[in-house]
Amino acid sequence: MKYAYYPGCTIGTTAVEFGLSTDAVCEALGVELAELEDWNCCGASSAHSLDHELALRLPARNVALAQKDGLDIVAPCPACYQHVLVADMKLRGDLAWRQEMEALLGFTYTGQPRVRHLLEVLTEPEVIEAVRRRVTRPLKGLRVASYYGCVLVRPPEFTGWDDPEHPTRMDRLMAALGAEPVEWSYKVDCCGASLSLSRSGVVVTLSSRLAQEAQEAGADVIACACGMCQINLDTRQNLEKKIPVLYFTELMGLAFGLPGVEKWWGKHMIDPRPVLQRVG
Amino acid sequence: MTVVAIEPSFSRAVQERSGEPVLRCYFCQKCSAGCPVAFVMDYKPAQVIRLVQLGRKEKVLSSSAIWLCVGCEACGTRCPNHIRLAPMFDTLRYMALEEGYKPDPMVYALHRSFLDSIRLWGRVHELSMLMEYKLLSRDLFSDLGMGLGLILKGKISFLPERIRGVSEVRRLYQKGDTGEGGHQ
Repeated sequence: MKYAYYPGCTIGTTAVEFGLSTDAVCEALGVELAELEDWNCCGASSAHSLDHELALRLPARNVALAQKDGLDIVAPCPACYQHVLVADMKLRGDLAWRQEMEALLGFTYTGQPRVRHLLEVLTEPEVIEAVRRRVTRPLKGLRVASYYGCVLVRPPEFTGWDDPEHPTRMDRLMAALGAEPVEWSYKVDCCGASLSLSRSGVVVTLSSRLAQEAQEAGADVIACACGMCQINLDTRQNLEKKIPVLYFTELMGLAFGLPGVEKWWGKHMIDPRPVLQRVG
Repeated sequence: MTVVAIEPSFSRAVQERSGEPVLRCYFCQKCSAGCPVAFVMDYKPAQVIRLVQLGRKEKVLSSSAIWLCVGCEACGTRCPNHIRLAPMFDTLRYMALEEGYKPDPMVYALHRSFLDSIRLWGRVHELSMLMEYKLLSRDLFSDLGMGLGLILKGKISFLPERIRGVSEVRRLYQKGDTGEGGHQ
């Protein structure tokens, strides 16, 4: 399996442990990630907030870069995923706009590459089987609240690979790792996303509620699939007892017994080591 | 008797530009019930739609609600009339900017700094983006502890990375929907 990898801006910085763990688990599973050469930022929340055309154009350049090799594009960040997906839909469906972009960026749209999220790719049935075989250190006794957040599974007419209200693919992955997925009602509730800096109080309220609910459901850790969710939950929990927030790939790495997990844990503001050392 | 400013063409304009059938809303308020940020909005999402339907343009375009929607798509996913509110809120922001309504200064400063960073480097460079945001928003001192914590964890890079195709990215900015893209 080989994909065109679109890491996005946070992977090298605030979500560095997401990037490192993604590289490590994909290598362990034989999933090849060929980084999209010279990719640019998708525009995130800011482009669509201020400028509709720019919000389509910025990710369209990344779609353009992927056309030559024809490999499916995989993004670990849900916002990157969604914006590139929307740009691809626009290129697919709006011929005049496609021609304008082709002229502006000098490429030919083949429509061959599909845009996918890392969680979607790593939870395909055959990959889950490979995950089960690869587990050397089952996460026995670790209770995980899978947190999907907002645009990973919404709107369903764009994403379509999991239920928008009750997604289960991350939960099934956690079960394959030997962990115990907990039932909770907040798996698709938003963390406050880009309001983190401009209205930090809102994000404190939302993140604290999520963390509180996960703990009440009996979770030891929250698993997530988004750099924004992770940093909001990791830095804005205003609770006496805080719950560690890990990328799903970090838990895969732990269950696979990969070297380097300690380095990832060291990147967290809420130290996950006391909880994770009890596992297994 | 109070005179209320009504623009009957407003609802059509919002519907056409956003592509969302806002006139279908029958005010079940499911959007407001599930909205994570409704608790800080001056008008809840369903109220915004109702005001749009009623042509209350000024009230809508000067509301804080249009700047607080984070586009999480919960409302659009649940709407029984298949109205996605996120593109409607985007459209209302574009209209507000074009018509000179004052945006929420903090939210606007963040988006502006973010887009400037992409134009400069092709990717977002957090440190310089945050510095611009701090200056634009005049909120110099909040979150400094958190920022320092992230720097100590090695999660903020000091030097930006400029992509080779940055001139191509800048070309993408030239024709903006709201003229925002070309704004310096």
